[in-house]
Amino acid sequence: MEDLILYHRLQFAFTISFHYLFPQLTMGLSALIVWFKWRYIRTGDELYNRSSLFWAKIFAVNFVLGVVTGIPMEFQFGTNWAKFSELTGNIIGQTLAMEGMFSFFLESTFLGLFLFAEKKLSPKMHFLMAFLVFAGTQASGLFIIATHSWMQHPVGYEILENGTFVLKNFSALFANSWLWPSYLHNQMASMVTSAFVMSGVGAFYMLNKNNSDFAKLFLKTGVVTGLVSSTLVIVPFGDMLAQQVARHQPITLSAMEGLFKTQEGAPMVLIGQPNMHTRTIDNKIELPYALSLLTYKRWNAHVKGLDAYDEADWPTNVPALYYAYHIMVGLGTIFLALMGLATYFLRKKRLFEKERLLWALLLAVPFPYIANLAGWYTAELGRQPWLVYGLLRTVDGVSATVSAGNTLFTLLGFIGLYFLLGVFFLLLVGKIIKEGPARHSG
Amino acid sequence: MEIFWSIVLVFMLTMFILLDGADMGAGIIHLFVAKNEDEKQRIIRAIGPFWDGNEVWLIAAGGVMFFAFPTLYASAFSGFYLPLIMVLWLLIFRAIGLEFRNLVANNLWKTAWDKAFGWASLLLTVFLGAALGNVVRGVNLGMVANGEAQHEAIYFFNPLWNDNFSPLNDHPGILDWFTVILSLVAAVTLTIHGAHWIIFKTQSSLNQRLKKLVVRLNGVLALLVILSLFAWLVVRPDALDNYYQHPWLWIFPLLMLLALGVMFRVPALKKDWQPFAVSSLFIISAFGSTAGALFPNLLPSRNNHFPSLTIYNASADAYGLEVGLIWWLIALVLVAAYFFYVHKIFAGKMDDVEYH
Ligand code: HDD
Ligand code: HEM
Ligand code: HEM
Repeated sequence: MEDLILYHRLQFAFTISFHYLFPQLTMGLSALIVWFKWRYIRTGDELYNRSSLFWAKIFAVNFVLGVVTGIPMEFQFGTNWAKFSELTGNIIGQTLAMEGMFSFFLESTFLGLFLFAEKKLSPKMHFLMAFLVFAGTQASGLFIIATHSWMQHPVGYEILENGTFVLKNFSALFANSWLWPSYLHNQMASMVTSAFVMSGVGAFYMLNKNNSDFAKLFLKTGVVTGLVSSTLVIVPFGDMLAQQVARHQPITLSAMEGLFKTQEGAPMVLIGQPNMHTRTIDNKIELPYALSLLTYKRWNAHVKGLDAYDEADWPTNVPALYYAYHIMVGLGTIFLALMGLATYFLRKKRLFEKERLLWALLLAVPFPYIANLAGWYTAELGRQPWLVYGLLRTVDGVSATVSAGNTLFTLLGFIGLYFLLGVFFLLLVGKIIKEGPARHSG
Repeated sequence: MEIFWSIVLVFMLTMFILLDGADMGAGIIHLFVAKNEDEKQRIIRAIGPFWDGNEVWLIAAGGVMFFAFPTLYASAFSGFYLPLIMVLWLLIFRAIGLEFRNLVANNLWKTAWDKAFGWASLLLTVFLGAALGNVVRGVNLGMVANGEAQHEAIYFFNPLWNDNFSPLNDHPGILDWFTVILSLVAAVTLTIHGAHWIIFKTQSSLNQRLKKLVVRLNGVLALLVILSLFAWLVVRPDALDNYYQHPWLWIFPLLMLLALGVMFRVPALKKDWQPFAVSSLFIISAFGSTAGALFPNLLPSRNNHFPSLTIYNASADAYGLEVGLIWWLIALVLVAAYFFYVHKIFAGKMDDVEYH
């Protein structure tokens, strides 16, 4: 049973992490494409149209990979987590099926039209196509996060004698207090990724001294959206989400923060390594009272540490959870500082000459991806040992008939295949960036 | 309610096969029949803007199965674990083969992705046929061996094949001589269907060749259909019970035969959409016949220990199904609207559609 569950979890974690590399860009980038298209309609400036077509190309490659890696996600509920699907399908199947019916049809149909029918459509209709693709990606995120929020904080259900969860209140799924903070935080985080990618490409052209009109536009757009989204992702949305964790999963919060001991006026650990033997943080640097203040808005509030709970209910891997959370928050702070600085120089009209800052923007591109994955690891590791928080344990949700050997086989297959996909993806995006936006005629 | 959702499920799967099946068939034609870059390019244009939307029917059907028949979803997806994961891999190869080939102007690159696209399409049709075969034949629910169940009543695990490759064995595999016959039926049907789509949507130099080819393939198909009917009766002697009880069901097999007959006359049809309509009729009535024979079973049991999964014992709680009804119908209207819009914009021949 031990290695059986291990391989099922590893496969899910690996495939979802890879999947999430793509939608996080497409969800934000589709908004920026809509923006360029809009500017084009308003100003008639070819620069905007070419920019939107250029980014649409990058979007399309991301989209295909999002699609092909998304389908395994949906199948894996049944293939790898059969007992979980049997018990909760009545509820989470609902939101997942809605995602298929409401968002995937929307996205795929109108992306086809956006990419293939530019010549057949008026600019206004072409803009509308871009907008509908954007709406589809947002709806997709909403339904998937509604599903996820139900697992974090189940609502609107009833449990039958045989353990099956049945839906009692449909609208509760969308009124779930976990959903909106999580959704808005996540959408902002995907905006951060797109902003960094756009400013990174702009910085690349600027440093290379080519495509300079585009470089300026991408830098401006990327840096401004970068600053706005890096701010909003923290306040109010990150904070709102943390409040949900504090309210509904206090054990998770203690573990995320590395708070082993219950105390008043709890400090917030900035840096340090959790030591599970001594149950302390080694080499720590901490901010006194900060945790009490941020969580309960009172500087001397009483915060429960891990010692207040039964160890069987602790998140399964406390150090990993702690690191994931600290990586996300640490990077978030750095993003804000970097984009703040860049905006400052943009306003002073000196950004385009600041070589070192341009290098920083270029090299920063991978980090929002890391922060996004770290955020998801926080959410998922924090939910352990539960699949449905407080109600269904992960060990009780797995497909018992699918042996460890079979799962290892498919896991290896996915690793090999996704490695290949990753290589081709980088190759193609690299090629599109190298060719540059100028080449495209309108 | 259960009956409504089972019809929805069959409807969505049929839509998937009708639409995306044509894309797979086009992939097979692309692999074996298209001779030069021009022909290949035309085939790709004929399916380029559509395949993704078509594939969504599969995803959405999976979603509907998940919430309307969670027990079936859990049982079948874990039981058919290996073939399903392979289907996922094939879907990946098909999609990226199709989408990546035109991104780099290099012959080696194109040839490699063309093969990925074509072979993945062919293997997908084989797997889909085998899937149908497995559902018709039934599985060893609960993994009963020597009169004892090793798992809960709804769970099982099918290996890819068993030692004697027989559907009559206690532990049937995914592939046996019965499911292989259905695989062939599926592969040939979808090849013909895909050829019809190409005839419908392009003015390729291929079209005349395809019209001759489909007639020959249709001969093969007719033989395979007859063979599969006999095999069916061997594997499930009770296959016709529903037909004796509800004689109106015979309309499906009759329509199927009619469509099969008309398909021999494809070169004589005047309008280019007609062949596609005929093979669509064939596929719809084939699904109708199968569903008619299975009803109300969803996944038959092959042992006496546990009952088959039916639309009644595998369905979800009533409230969930009722709210589902409301949003599903709204979504269906929207989907139909998108569908008509996209096919209006891309009405007629697709040869000069440009992709950027
Ligand atoms: C660019 C990415 C990014 C950045 C900079 C941040 N986050 Fe985040 N965070 C995510 C990307 C993300 C995410 C991947 O989008 C998650 C996973 C689930 C979710 O809804 O959003 C997430 C989840 C998530 C959770 C939920 C954990 C759980 O469900 O148990 C909390 C409490 C925070 N975040 C808090 C913060 C705070 C206080 C930040 C301040 C710096 C922050 N995040 C920056
Ligand atoms: C909203 C969509 C999601 C749902 C419904 C979901 C559901 C699940 C399920 C069923 C598992 C298996 C049980 C377990 O080991 O926890 C799991 C594990 C996991 N998921 Fe998610 N997940 C979602 C999104 C994500 C995303 C976007 C990521 C990361 C990018 C992610 C990362 C993980 C990881 C890392 C694990 C393994 C956790 C562990 O082994 O402790 N999940 N998730
Ligand atoms: C276990 C969880 C998940 C499942 C079952 C899942 C399922 C899928 C599927 C089937 C597709 C392909 C759709 C198509 O054919 O058009 C897809 C794509 C997509 N997914 Fe996921 N997904 C999961 C996690 C997530 C998460 C956490 C997000 C974002 C918050 C997300 C956002 C998207 C988006 C925006 C797309 C559209 C394709 C793209 O833009 O790249 N998914 N997903």
